[in-house]
Amino acid sequence: MLVLNEDQVMLKDAAAGFLADRATVSHLRKLRDSDDETGFDPAVWRDMADMGWAGIAIPEAYGGLGYGYTGLGLVLEQAGRNLSASPLESSVLVAATALAELGTEAQKEHWLPAIASGEKILTLALQENAHHAPLRTALRATRHGEHVILEGSKCLVTDAHVADAFIVIARSEGRPGAEHGLSAFLVEAGAPGVHVERRHLVDSRNVGVLTLHDVHVDSDNVIGDIGAAWPGLSRTLDIASIGLSAMLLGLATEAFERTVAYLGERKQFGRVIGSFQGLQHRAAHLFAELELSRSIVLQALQAIDAEDPELPLLASAAKAKLCEVATLSTNEGIQMHGGIGMTDEHEIGFFIKRARVLQHQFGDYNYHLDRFARLSGF
Amino acid sequence: MTDLTQFRAEAREWLEHNCPPTMREPVQSFEDYYMGGRNPEVAHPDQQLWCERMAGRGWTVPHWPREYGGGGLDAEEQRVLREEMARIGARRPLDSFGISMLGPALLKFGNEEQKQEHLPPICRGEIRWCQGYSEPNAGSDLASLQTRAEDHGDHYTINGQKVWTSYANKADWIFCLVRTDNSGSKHEGISFVLFDMASPGVTTRPIRLISGSSPFCETFFDNVRAEKKNRVGDEGKGWAIAKYLLTHEREMISGFGASSGPSPGKTALETVGTDAEGRLDNSALRQSIAQYQLDARCFAATMARVGDEVKAGQGLGAASSIFKYYGTELNKRRNELNVAVGGENALGWEGDVYRGGEAARSWLRSKGNSIEGGTSEVQLNIVAKRVLGLPDA
Ligand SMILES: Cc1cc2nc3c(=O)[nH]c(=O)nc-3n(C[C@H](O)[C@H](O)[C@H](O)COP(=O)(O)OP(=O)(O)OC[C@H]3O[C@@H](n4cnc5c(N)ncnc54)[C@H](O)[C@@H]3O)c2cc1C
Repeated sequence: MLVLNEDQVMLKDAAAGFLADRATVSHLRKLRDSDDETGFDPAVWRDMADMGWAGIAIPEAYGGLGYGYTGLGLVLEQAGRNLSASPLESSVLVAATALAELGTEAQKEHWLPAIASGEKILTLALQENAHHAPLRTALRATRHGEHVILEGSKCLVTDAHVADAFIVIARSEGRPGAEHGLSAFLVEAGAPGVHVERRHLVDSRNVGVLTLHDVHVDSDNVIGDIGAAWPGLSRTLDIASIGLSAMLLGLATEAFERTVAYLGERKQFGRVIGSFQGLQHRAAHLFAELELSRSIVLQALQAIDAEDPELPLLASAAKAKLCEVATLSTNEGIQMHGGIGMTDEHEIGFFIKRARVLQHQFGDYNYHLDRFARLSGF
Repeated sequence: MTDLTQFRAEAREWLEHNCPPTMREPVQSFEDYYMGGRNPEVAHPDQQLWCERMAGRGWTVPHWPREYGGGGLDAEEQRVLREEMARIGARRPLDSFGISMLGPALLKFGNEEQKQEHLPPICRGEIRWCQGYSEPNAGSDLASLQTRAEDHGDHYTINGQKVWTSYANKADWIFCLVRTDNSGSKHEGISFVLFDMASPGVTTRPIRLISGSSPFCETFFDNVRAEKKNRVGDEGKGWAIAKYLLTHEREMISGFGASSGPSPGKTALETVGTDAEGRLDNSALRQSIAQYQLDARCFAATMARVGDEVKAGQGLGAASSIFKYYGTELNKRRNELNVAVGGENALGWEGDVYRGGEAARSWLRSKGNSIEGGTSEVQLNIVAKRVLGLPDA
């Protein structure tokens, strides 16, 4: 059933209310303008964790709520609407999923409750170049007696400068491009040889570059089987793509609703601009695209929880569609606001900037449309 | 065994025994759809047999009440019947404007006598209906229609002209919008009347389409008699009925967007070829097909979501307002891709090599989808005003 149940509706309403109050665009602006050291409000994050949101998709056995990804998706959608700054994406959506998919029992017992309570922030370190290309991972993992030594660097590591630990994807065997030989390691922040540099992207959120020089990882911190991370990583990336699609859905819908509201206010030629058919048709078309977006995101979220074998196809469908529609919604948002839309003072610009970063992460429109075609057999 | 499993078992067995093998073959062309009527067009005699058998169970229109010839099935039973028919590839036994358009309007607005008289023959495929809405000067602006109906006590006399009347030359009866009063606003004074197309004074002239066929007509009324008992709803209050019927017409047309058939991507692998990695050997075409398939998938998910919302008692959401627009535009894209993928094969007009020009004719016909039943532009107007609340110009 492509509808929300009662619990899910309550969760969605709770998230909408809280985030619209405590973690809005204007809060993001303040974080940006004050060059905030953390990059999000720790008090807000604590409250989110207290409500259980950091553990929504984490099984109850590991201290989570066990609501599944459909529930998490609803919170992510609201976070997307408000451009809420928090480690929800990095630690909850991505890192917890990677651990759940790849980790040993001991690792899950150690880390998942700490993520679910908000006490620890973990993040995935995957991307190495300008584009998402997980199979091209080249960062070297070399066996050295009991240890593995990591050498190389990662970019676009979300919340890197505030993370307690990193899940580092590295290559222990094979050439870049091969599935076999990919491994995952737990590396704690502050360990010898670990260096983090904060970077600033257009969206004023937290990312950084992680440099690893002669970093020793012991066998307890090898996540899963060495050289065999790909299947679990691949599922993690599908889930991450769907989660970000849910955020993009919220973001694109909010940008659209603000734009439609403006069309009903702004007057030119003696009437509100929303009475011009040239704008009406574009708005109505965008409405249609957003309805399609909502459907594919919900279907993809449910596919995660149902362990649907079509998950990879649905993940790429959702991400490709949401990249396309978020581009359209934010571009139309600026255009239909006219000059005011170009000002930093107006909030619509925050949406286009955040959208492009979310679109880029874990594969953009071109990446996922190509993958969708491949998975469709052509 | 639950009632539903029992229903499934019975339906399965009955279909197995009663659906002729020929009616389990995929529909190849338009002639394979059976429309019924007094003088039915029959591509294969089994079409009539299949229709009769299904009508005997009320399964030509499974969701209508039994007392009017329907199947009286609830939503779950309808789903099971659909699944069981799909399982053996059974064709729909009957397609008609009576089922998709007039029936829902009669069920909602007709009086008991009208329902008793008109619905059962629709279920049995005995009477074929056509739709008399559009006129030469009343297309998108339908309410400006001018076909006149003069009051003569127990009947009206109708004069005027309709156009684009699909299958008017083959239909037995017409549901027709006429003007009974010219004094008020254009939405007032319209009445919804039914009359026999064999009545004296009715003439039809087929119009040939770009696809080569002549499915629709100019329809002329010269002092045609229509009984008042066949006016649906009150005099002058036909506009609400007309609009309600349009929502059902649009629903039917938007279904084209989710139409199945082979994926253009798979077909293209054969007609265009593959590269060393097995991908379609033309990246521009590959991208267009992927974009289409992505949207088709999202559209199908939206139809499913809206259906689920209705089942869950949430009512018909705003998303349904986009079906006609999006579904028909998608169907046009699909047909354009089929032409691109088919190459010369899809441009053939006649002869067996081209299967009678089927691809080309389907492509050309699809252009009408975003015109009939309210154009895409009109649909966007409706969404902008009704859903987004934007003001009139
Ligand atoms: C295949 C087919 C079958 C049909 N079958 C039937 C039938 O059985 N019975 C029947 O009654 N009718 C039938 N029609 C007629 C159909 O309903 C009309 O063609 C349709 O409503 C458009 O009217 P029109 O052709 O007069 O175009 P017009 O209204 O003249 O439109 C011309 C163009 O102007 C645009 N336009 C018009 N008004 C506006 C506006 N306000 N804003 C923006 N753009 C606008 C339209 O979108 C279109 O692009 C059929 C049509 C087709 C193509």
